[in-house]
Amino acid sequence: MAKYLLLKHYRGGPTPLHDVPMDKWTPEEISAHVQYMRDFAAQLEGTGEFVEGQALSPEGTFVRYDGEGRPPVTDGPFAETKDLIAGWMVIDVETYERALELAGELSAAPGAGGKPLHEWLEVRPFLTVPPTISE
Amino acid sequence: MDEAVLRTLTPTVIGILVRRGVDFATAEDAVQDALVEAVRAWPTDPPRDPKGWLIAVSWRKFLDAARADSSRRRREALVEVEPPPGPGEPVDDTLALYFLCAHPSLTSASAVALTLRAVGGLTTRQIARAYLVPEATMAQRISRAKRTVSGVRFNQPGDVATVLRVLYLVFNEGYSGDVDLAAEAIRLTRQLAARIRHEEVAGLLALMLLHHARRAARTAAGGRLVPLAEQDRSRWDTSLIAEGVQVLQNALARDRLGEYQAQAAIAALHADARTAAETDWVQIVEWYDELMRLTDSPVARLNRAVAVGEADGPRAGLAALAELDPALPRHRAVAAYLHERAGELTTAARLYAEAARLAPSLPEIDHLTRQAARLNADLRR
Repeated sequence: MAKYLLLKHYRGGPTPLHDVPMDKWTPEEISAHVQYMRDFAAQLEGTGEFVEGQALSPEGTFVRYDGEGRPPVTDGPFAETKDLIAGWMVIDVETYERALELAGELSAAPGAGGKPLHEWLEVRPFLTVPPTISE
Repeated sequence: MDEAVLRTLTPTVIGILVRRGVDFATAEDAVQDALVEAVRAWPTDPPRDPKGWLIAVSWRKFLDAARADSSRRRREALVEVEPPPGPGEPVDDTLALYFLCAHPSLTSASAVALTLRAVGGLTTRQIARAYLVPEATMAQRISRAKRTVSGVRFNQPGDVATVLRVLYLVFNEGYSGDVDLAAEAIRLTRQLAARIRHEEVAGLLALMLLHHARRAARTAAGGRLVPLAEQDRSRWDTSLIAEGVQVLQNALARDRLGEYQAQAAIAALHADARTAAETDWVQIVEWYDELMRLTDSPVARLNRAVAVGEADGPRAGLAALAELDPALPRHRAVAAYLHERAGELTTAARLYAEAARLAPSLPEIDHLTRQAARLNADLRR
């Protein structure tokens, strides 16, 4: 088994096919989308492939060390940023192909008009521990 | 196995070990070890006398630990020579535990964890799952908390307000994972109310019961939040409401008002309305005025603006809101609601969308986004 991060973000990736902000959907379309995400997580729990899922508030602040005895420097908070990470899901699956398949399924969550969103998701393998047997 | 029985016994058995001369931290560890063993052994081999079993096994766990750890030998010797404390001491160990676990030297996260373990009898694993942190992290938090209170005398009376704050936090955490924290908070507050005659303990218990009564109606399919005005009131738990109202009336009769009683009174007025339209908003505003005199909490001010909007119209609500700091959590959501009621739908839709971006939880984000979407759809027609 290998763990993968399915990352939903809006940074540097290909331009999304559908770009209608959610508050321009109908309430029913939003409900359908939310239900799809819940069902997807429940299905992965059922197959024993779900590790965790989290959503992030869009508001973030950049922070860095500014030297001995000085408070850290902050930049932000930024509510509207092009670097937005919306959330992630961690899965533990048999193969890379399975990770891609699941990411594809998640990207098919319905959006405006009930059509699949075709949202870009980034799939990143987790680094692992070195194997015990190495030769 | 009746886990509820096991959990109720926890503080009593810790108290008994402490009375035999074991220090609190060690006693708590021993009882926790015994609880873990009970969870494993009782389903197949239930004891005839659960309390006796738990005392005996906890004592054995203590002795095992003391023997295993040579640095603890001195303490074991001390236990053997010290006579058991006689009568004349305050006898309610459970009450003493509430105070110790909510000691003001603890952070609220530590006090919550320690209370759930030592008073609530939950295992570290259950507490960790409820708060979605790794078990090792929670174990560390609890052991640090115990170190912090190690110098506090067990029988020292504490401040009821700190205990109530901890129980309030547990209740507000609601339901996540396999432990129903809201139900657990009610159990612990009920147990406290049975031990101490204090109007604010009763006030908090009433507040919890009245809110818990609405729980089934508060979410719809898919975890969707249902606002108070739209809830199906036939799904409210009438026996919890009746109990909450009774507890509150007894508390109010003592004529020592506090913040929990005031909040419970507001919840009781909502519970009293058969439909949202029948809500006595004028009286609710009066209770918010009381609450602000008692606490001056920004959350109370924000909720008061909503109530003023219902009692005197959305313009009055917006005027009340204008006096508050716009950075307050949920300020934008309240503004959106009041603007919608004032018929300013474009402004309301924009504010709902902004409120969604600032919301602290996913159900609230979904709810506020849906509100914005609803208005935008209406505006397109």
